[in-house]
Amino acid sequence: MLIADALDLQLGSFRLTADWSLAPGERIAVVGPSGAGKSTLLMAIAGFVAPVSGRVLWDGRDLTSLAPGERPVSILFQDQNLFPHLSVTQNLGLGLSPRLRLSSADSARISDALARVGLQGLADRRPADLSGGQQGRAALARVLLRSRPVLLLDEPFAALGPALKAEMLDLVREVAAEAGALVLLVTHDPEEAIGFSDRTILVADGQAHAPRATGALFAAPPPALRDYLGRP
Amino acid sequence: MARSAGALNGGGVAVGAALILLTLGTLGVVLWRAGGASLGPADWAAISFTVVQAAVSALVSVGLAVPVARALARRRFAGRGLLVSLMGAPFLLPAVVAVLALLQVFGRSGIVNRTLEAAGLPPVSIYGFHGVVLAHVFFNLPLAVRMILAAWQAIPAERFTLAASLGFSARDIFRHIERPMLRETVPGVLLAIFLVCTTSFAVALTLGGGPAATTVELAIYQAVRFEFDLDRAAALAGVQVVICAIAVLAASRLVRLSGFGAGVDRVAARWDVAGKGHRLIDEAAIAGAAAFLLVPLAFIVLGGLGGLSRLPDAVWPAAMRSVAVALGSTALCLAATLLLAIAIVRQGAPRWLETAGMLPLASSSLVLGTGLFLVIHPLASPEALALPVTALVNAALALPFALRLVLPALIRIEAAHGRLADALGLTGMARLRWLVLPRLRPVLGFAGGLVAALAMGDLGVVALFAGEQGVTLPLLVQRLIGAYRMEAASGVSLVLVTLTFALFWLFDRAGRHADR
Repeated sequence: MLIADALDLQLGSFRLTADWSLAPGERIAVVGPSGAGKSTLLMAIAGFVAPVSGRVLWDGRDLTSLAPGERPVSILFQDQNLFPHLSVTQNLGLGLSPRLRLSSADSARISDALARVGLQGLADRRPADLSGGQQGRAALARVLLRSRPVLLLDEPFAALGPALKAEMLDLVREVAAEAGALVLLVTHDPEEAIGFSDRTILVADGQAHAPRATGALFAAPPPALRDYLGRP
Repeated sequence: MARSAGALNGGGVAVGAALILLTLGTLGVVLWRAGGASLGPADWAAISFTVVQAAVSALVSVGLAVPVARALARRRFAGRGLLVSLMGAPFLLPAVVAVLALLQVFGRSGIVNRTLEAAGLPPVSIYGFHGVVLAHVFFNLPLAVRMILAAWQAIPAERFTLAASLGFSARDIFRHIERPMLRETVPGVLLAIFLVCTTSFAVALTLGGGPAATTVELAIYQAVRFEFDLDRAAALAGVQVVICAIAVLAASRLVRLSGFGAGVDRVAARWDVAGKGHRLIDEAAIAGAAAFLLVPLAFIVLGGLGGLSRLPDAVWPAAMRSVAVALGSTALCLAATLLLAIAIVRQGAPRWLETAGMLPLASSSLVLGTGLFLVIHPLASPEALALPVTALVNAALALPFALRLVLPALIRIEAAHGRLADALGLTGMARLRWLVLPRLRPVLGFAGGLVAALAMGDLGVVALFAGEQGVTLPLLVQRLIGAYRMEAASGVSLVLVTLTFALFWLFDRAGRHADR
């Protein structure tokens, strides 16, 4: 269980609070107006933003003082999810060993993961030689390898077209199901939230609201979500 | 940003502390030693000569640089890029080589005086005040042109389009667009050149000297080498630090020492200067600057080729020593710069670290040298330590330049890829190996090339320490000039220049052949 326990995040005059829990393996959408703090919430769970007070817990363990790499979390950012100077294999390898000391078993796992996301034969390419979709697949292959129980997606596929994006989300669903991972997906698109998630966290007015069933939330949106969606 | 850089971060703090010890520590030794010494009239003459020649050199360099930069900013012509690149060469050129070239052009039997003689006119002398200023202008005119050209080209092209649509003449454009830019830029350029010229040693050693043309740096050298009056040397070193510190403090408010030729290939379209008069002025400025730079450079090559048959036997051991000093200095400087930069970009890094990295700017080769001499002299023979000390001092003096290149690049790398590295738990050596070094490689190559070239051409601290044996190439050239063996000096100079540019090229290329 991922618990935001009276979490209070402040950056200058910006403030965000959160207090709820999410179950393992759940798929959660995170929606809300720009600048409301969707990314900040994910960055706090991943360990890039330290809370002023409150804690983040996973399975009863307090993560708050752990460095990002030590948390049971994989995160994909909006961009720069691969190191441009390393090959696809090396990029994936860093997910297994930060020193990039890979055993033959590791190499076999990397090959499997690449095949799993449909990138076989591209192992030695650099990210610049891959298409946007292929870069997304490579990053997801690394998520697969790391098999951490929490996956945070901060709009990593925002630059892709609708069809490719849907394809990526299907792959996310598969990868997450395989690891039994809890997924938090930041999105601007109600359709995407409804199609992907069981529950949705609305981030608005300085608060990451407790998750509600996605269908119900969008069927009868509260005022803040109504304003954001532009519905009367 | 890296959270737990651990040992690396400790290394950076150690580098900062070592720089403080080296600069302020030697200064402390110098001041302690200088306690009882008083300055005589000759010392005051040296102080006043230092300040006056530096001021005149700065004014002449900038005065000549403005029309040249203006011409380069508004004219397109074949070879423009090459000329702008060549403007970077004097920065890498060993001072003593440039002096030798200037001697061959303006010296007693140089082409200028031979032409004057043929025309029945009195000869000009390159020695003394004029000579020192001439050499400083040769070094700093290109630097000034590049700095002012960069400012000129930073004016948005739209500004000139708007001016043209309003029917501005060249004079209006100068008044409303160019003069404000110059007013902002020129003071910083003047101060930067003033600072470089106050620590001039090699030029003063070869072209100056005597009561009328001795810089403080040269006076320090003479006090140590000829009179062995260490108290007086220490007092003079104290004075030199005061001069440098004042100039650095003033300059730090006005100048950014970056921009070794960033973005100097753009020419804004101009409609106001199409007339014949403007074109002639620009052509004259460009031709004049090109001749002033290229003729001495050509003499280095031509004179050098002629002197190759007269190379003394000492040239090859000296070349080995110079390359060893340059490589040692570069390795030391790059490692220290990297550790310091990593410690500086770390979250919550103490602010004194960056200041420590800039401290060597307020020192000079001879000041550091005197301090180290005072420390080493009672314990060991300075002669025996000449080469390591030269490598160390050059590494320290080049570190601010290397840091100005590496630090912004490292900040960009951390901004772009730091989060991913953190998310994957890349810390310490793993982060250095898989993120920092591969991405920094081009910058490290370029910085390494600069440091190697500067160390290769150094004629400062080595002159203070070296004995009859164990000379480096610049010292050999200087001694051959002193013995009026000009052909041999030219030959050795060519060897020195070739090795200097080869080292620069090799480092720069090694960096560029980095992974994409």
